[in-house]
Amino acid sequence: MTDGGDRWLDREAGPVVRPYALTRGRTRPHGAALGLIDHVAAAGPLVVDARGLGPEHRRLLHLCRAPTAVAELASETDLPLGVVRVLLGDLLERGAVTVARPPAVCTLEESVMRSVLDGLRAL
Amino acid sequence: MDSARYEAVAGAIAAPVVTKILIAGGFGVGKTTLVGAISEVRPLRTEEVLSEVGVGVDDTAVVEHKHTTTVAMDFGRITFPSGVVLYLFGTPGQERFWFMWDELAYGALGAVVLADTRRLADCFSSVDYFERRRTPFVVAANKFDGAPEYDTETIRDALDLDSDVPVLLCDARRRDSVKEILIASVTHSLTKHRAAAAHR
Repeated sequence: MTDGGDRWLDREAGPVVRPYALTRGRTRPHGAALGLIDHVAAAGPLVVDARGLGPEHRRLLHLCRAPTAVAELASETDLPLGVVRVLLGDLLERGAVTVARPPAVCTLEESVMRSVLDGLRAL
Repeated sequence: MDSARYEAVAGAIAAPVVTKILIAGGFGVGKTTLVGAISEVRPLRTEEVLSEVGVGVDDTAVVEHKHTTTVAMDFGRITFPSGVVLYLFGTPGQERFWFMWDELAYGALGAVVLADTRRLADCFSSVDYFERRRTPFVVAANKFDGAPEYDTETIRDALDLDSDVPVLLCDARRRDSVKEILIASVTHSLTKHRAAAAHR
């Protein structure tokens, strides 16, 4: 693996793919990108206008009936994270999902750390 | 007020208290095993697409004509009775993946650098990364059958670690061993956090 042209294709790399066909070539979502542990929840059938949604959009909506982390949605759908972010961006834009961002600062509060520590000890 | 908007607002979800610990290390060091040993869900796996141009790809024409490949990321989840959810993210530590690490490390409670004593050099870049970012980390040497057994001080010297970085031996296959590592990681983060607060 010394040849520069192949440097991405080593043991850590998966298969070469063209994953953005599902997003019609878009590599960035509308609006701000979702974080890996942001939780997304379907807004409910009353809100959703399903016209124009692809099967992957519907699958995501189905999976996030209960609030689910973005990383989990990517894993469940077997789609690359970047693709899932674009699709979720579409759903967010039409109000089909809502998002809860865990505030990063809060996770570094002492009370959260202590809670995690107590939880781990009790496992 | 239009009803769709009202519904969307009414359906807004409360942010769960979510935190994460990163598991870094070289290829085959046991990151997937470690996550799987303690996660309440089967270890999940996701992929991020990389292209040669890396970050900043915004144009399909570019994506079409560059090599694209993927990098795997393992993750697991532990929900505590308090309602706090801890995510574990394991991903390759090589320097060329650092752009992914920035997102992972943001807001992370701490990190575990998993080491193989036969290939200690594989974790240099992870150690470098967390030192630069000032993310509190511990080093856990995964005990492989047939690997030379070093004591923790030898490992500390070999990795040129600061004296306050905890170094532990572990068996990433065993849940209680992984639990001890995570406890060490959170304890270390808490100590660092308190020391920083005392300085303010």
